Amino acid sequence: MTTTFADQPLEDQIAQWRAYLRRRQAVHTRDVEELEGHLRDQLTALTESGLAADEAFLVAVKRMGNLDALSREFARAHSERLWKQLVVAPEAEAPADTSRTEILVVLSLAVAAGLAVKLPALFGFPLSPQENVPSFYFRNASLFVLPLLTIYFLWKRGTGMATGLWLALPFAAGAVFANVFPFHNPGRLDNFPEGSDTQVLTVLHLPIALWLMAVGVAYVGGRWLSSGRRMDFVRFSGELAIYYVLIALGGGVVTAFTFMMFSAIDMNPEWFVGPWLIPCGAAGAVIIGSWLVEAKQSVIENMAPVLTRLFTPLFTILLLAFLATMAWTGNPINVKREVLIGFDLLLAVVVGLVLYAASARDPQAPPDFFDGLQLVLVIAALAVDVVALAAIAARISEFGFTPNRVAALGENLILLVNLAWTAWIYASFVRHRGSFADLEKWQIAYLPVYAIWAALVVIAFPPLFGYR
Amino acid sequence: MDMSKDLVAASATPLVLAILAEGDSYGYAIIKRVAELSGGHLQWTDGMLYPVLHRLERQGYVAAKWSASENGRKRKYYRITKEGRAQLAAQREQWKAVDGTLRGIWMQACTV
Repeated sequence: MTTTFADQPLEDQIAQWRAYLRRRQAVHTRDVEELEGHLRDQLTALTESGLAADEAFLVAVKRMGNLDALSREFARAHSERLWKQLVVAPEAEAPADTSRTEILVVLSLAVAAGLAVKLPALFGFPLSPQENVPSFYFRNASLFVLPLLTIYFLWKRGTGMATGLWLALPFAAGAVFANVFPFHNPGRLDNFPEGSDTQVLTVLHLPIALWLMAVGVAYVGGRWLSSGRRMDFVRFSGELAIYYVLIALGGGVVTAFTFMMFSAIDMNPEWFVGPWLIPCGAAGAVIIGSWLVEAKQSVIENMAPVLTRLFTPLFTILLLAFLATMAWTGNPINVKREVLIGFDLLLAVVVGLVLYAASARDPQAPPDFFDGLQLVLVIAALAVDVVALAAIAARISEFGFTPNRVAALGENLILLVNLAWTAWIYASFVRHRGSFADLEKWQIAYLPVYAIWAALVVIAFPPLFGYR
Repeated sequence: MDMSKDLVAASATPLVLAILAEGDSYGYAIIKRVAELSGGHLQWTDGMLYPVLHRLERQGYVAAKWSASENGRKRKYYRITKEGRAQLAAQREQWKAVDGTLRGIWMQACTV
């Protein structure tokens, strides 16, 4: 008895059958081997009893039974196999050593990010649990982690040195603009948000600018003109945000247990949690989260589109209820800094909902109920935006320009333009006059606008407003 | 004779355990033994045996080991465990009870 059959067509047929079986998630490689052994035993017995090879194959396969039913039975015997395993089971096609190298690279970058946060302490900017965090950390928050994340993507995509050097430029510029300006700060260890307004704007806008200009370019492997790759970056950003929140929740649990357990033995772990665990963990988690998103791309359902489906109706109701209440009571928007930022964020969330709905949608599908809902959402957001704009404009004409009002005004205008055109494209799509791909193209083409505006706020606002 | 699916499924566990109680075996041989014992009445779709074996392995009634077969291929051999023997004994009692009950009522039907 031999293991293989001399008959080459028969071997081909067996190989085909094996490949077909291997595609089933519930049937693992070892099971396929076991079943193939059975098939071969059966084939040997049948050919020995006088059947031709192809006849024997037909009979043996028929006796093996329906593969769908079989894989269902396997799934019932091993129900855990239907839960795709993320970290522990890498794709079978990927060679094991590359994924091991990747884990090493990711871990060292994460550790480097954690240590980077501690670096300024050596130069006189200590983090201590008793005092407020120096504003230095807020201004430079993105510079601790994003360069390392950029390095990860440069390595992962195998991008050339030239691109890598170009990408050092935005970081260098960011470091300069975040630190050379003489912001009006009350003391070195100031109470951060109380300081200069333009400094707060830098803190908020520098990460956005660097995220889009440096991490984004590294993510797309330098091909930032390709709209498909840009959409991937948008998807990546959303998934990373979700992963980051999940990791942060886990981190919160670890922190709570650290406090509980060490307090129980009369030790105060504050010196460790405040200056070490939280900042280093927060930095490292960005790298780890990015790696998880990269690794799971093909493994698990993406979460951002699911959340989009869930929250689009809720946000639509919220916006409509808000507009109705405002129309009913006549209460104007109270223009404070938090309120302005809040409304900008709201509009950004609406753009995000549109973007992620677009990212998961089949562009060829005809308009459905959900598209109508999105259109209502966009129009309601437009109405809210106009109201917010009117409030800001009134405030400016009454009390003059401040950095916050101008920044809020600019962001509102940018989002207004985006939403207005989005509404137009959506309306024509819902009325079967246009294609959904236009919407995707528009959103993708608009991304650089955010980056440029964020950079502008970081670079031009502080001198423009006298570092107030 | 076509046996109902449920009956085939219900009898699979005691049958496989009983065959393994005779001695260690592997999938293809177990199927052959089933056909032999039932005189061809009990026709399993061959593939379906394996999920049954894997389930028994999980439950700890059988243990499996990969080793080389006589033709050089690696083959997964199954062996019944102590728990498996206990389970077999329990199932045997249950089947006896079912068999006895049915016999009783069918004997009556014959004598009426």
